[in-house]
Amino acid sequence: MFVKNFLAGLALCAAIAAPVAAQKKPAAKAPAKKAASTIPAPLLAQGSSVYKQYCLTCHLADGLGVDGMNPPLAKTDYVLGDKTRLTKVLLNGLQGVDINGEQYRGVMPAQATLTDAQIAAVLTYVRNSFGNKASAVSAAEVKAVRAGK
Amino acid sequence: MNNNLTRPLLLATALAGSFSLYSLTQKATLAPDPNNAGLKLPAGFGALVVAETGGHARHLAVTPQGTIYVKLNSPKNGKGILALHPGANGKAAAVTTGFGSYGGTGIYAKDNYLYASSDEEVFRYKLDAKGEVTNPAQPEKIVTGLINRRQHESKSIVLDNAGNLYVNIGAYSNSCQVKDRERGSLGRQNCPVLDSAGGIWQFRADKANQNYGTGTRYATGLRNVVGLDWNQQNNQLFVMQHGRDQLHDNFPALYDDKQSAELPAECMYALNKGANAGWPYLYYDGQKKQKMLPPEYGGDGKKLADPKYLDPVAAYPAHTAPDGLLFYTGTMFPERYRNGAFIAFHGSWNRAPEPQKGYYVVFQPFKNGKPSGEWEVFADNFAGTAAKAAAGRADHKPCGLAQGPDGSLYVSDDKAGTIYRIMYTKK
Repeated sequence: MFVKNFLAGLALCAAIAAPVAAQKKPAAKAPAKKAASTIPAPLLAQGSSVYKQYCLTCHLADGLGVDGMNPPLAKTDYVLGDKTRLTKVLLNGLQGVDINGEQYRGVMPAQATLTDAQIAAVLTYVRNSFGNKASAVSAAEVKAVRAGK
Repeated sequence: MNNNLTRPLLLATALAGSFSLYSLTQKATLAPDPNNAGLKLPAGFGALVVAETGGHARHLAVTPQGTIYVKLNSPKNGKGILALHPGANGKAAAVTTGFGSYGGTGIYAKDNYLYASSDEEVFRYKLDAKGEVTNPAQPEKIVTGLINRRQHESKSIVLDNAGNLYVNIGAYSNSCQVKDRERGSLGRQNCPVLDSAGGIWQFRADKANQNYGTGTRYATGLRNVVGLDWNQQNNQLFVMQHGRDQLHDNFPALYDDKQSAELPAECMYALNKGANAGWPYLYYDGQKKQKMLPPEYGGDGKKLADPKYLDPVAAYPAHTAPDGLLFYTGTMFPERYRNGAFIAFHGSWNRAPEPQKGYYVVFQPFKNGKPSGEWEVFADNFAGTAAKAAAGRADHKPCGLAQGPDGSLYVSDDKAGTIYRIMYTKK
């Protein structure tokens, strides 16, 4: 009886502890998922190329960014949410945001010298990499945001 | 139902409590953890985990009585400073005692006062004969109004032996470009950042409400210093500078990925009043051992900088982020460590796509107050595995260093919040 209750208690502790422990672990490194079939492979390839050239230094190859400095691109509202806001981050840069309760102090410089097509490609790529899955961004959408900014 | 669940849980908690009490009484003597807290150390050394704070533990200070004060980058449960009271086995049972509602980096104990910084101010607390803070809610505000533009914002602090306080004020810029970190943007002449940042400021340690007007810019041309300490042998301030980032990103025609990962060196400087280390008008090439003209100011990777600026006294691998510096004055460690420097390298991010580096504590031998001989990795494997280090996904990132009253070396980790104690155990 004594032992049984103790074991039951331990099991309960474990059940409570397990999700907490899981949260503390760094996000599992998801292999770059194949994007939705509607997104053409050449567009993703172009996006990947832009990412490597302009984004990787700060956001790193796994898209998880740098603690306290450069925000993660995986599973954040900034990336998966409003496309206009996301496009403006590239056009205008960004600094000093809190994401998922953590402060990020790195400076994101404006990338306005990229073409509309390059921005559309890289945004589509990050919205469909690192475990993300979201709709594509078109060059026309980028052009509209740039015109209205 | 609820009752049925609660009762065994309480029972288990009580049992677990008595088990830990039991194990405490069994392990009342000071000894390294069986796995040396996961660290790789030189022969004869051992390490234990003092506490898992779960916070972003930046710098730390240990009083002569053995109380450990840990500065958290952001307050945890409303406390920005944790007070740890380790038992005879070196382990702190409670990690929730604390005070100070502000986040920050700097903390330093000297002459019965504990000094701590937010990202804009410096406070001090009175310590009693037991090394306990007597006025946790009413510290004296020593310095106020320091610039914080959310880049290189941490204010590291140290005191000398003449009642002066030294505060790092990091440059809110990478290389003083017209547009910070933008590709091709050129450097500003007479860089205005240097008026209020990019250097070390000196204040009196015992005077309230000092500001830029009452302080002295002690040294300038330092991009960002996080680790600093006062060398007791030659009575001099030493600092570790974080070198500039993104040579390739901003000037891809002049620097490739590999050069950008290896340039510039992280530098140690020995400062005197009025020193100018030259940021943003130079960076230090650790391979050429030269001060180079940065591309923002017309450099091409070959042109040298104006030689008038201060030379570093030692250089370390690029981007590895030296966040803690400590001159070892204890007697626990073997003779060769005495008066040498320990440096906590937080680890890099700005080496991608090359492998990341750092996440270790280095020992730099000194002789007569100057670096003498090659540095060596002293405590390694904070990252957990080589693959985690290379990916920049370290389990722990060493940040602060402090020396305990018995000569133990304490290390804080601002990734997982672990507090380590490293001891020499060979008889």
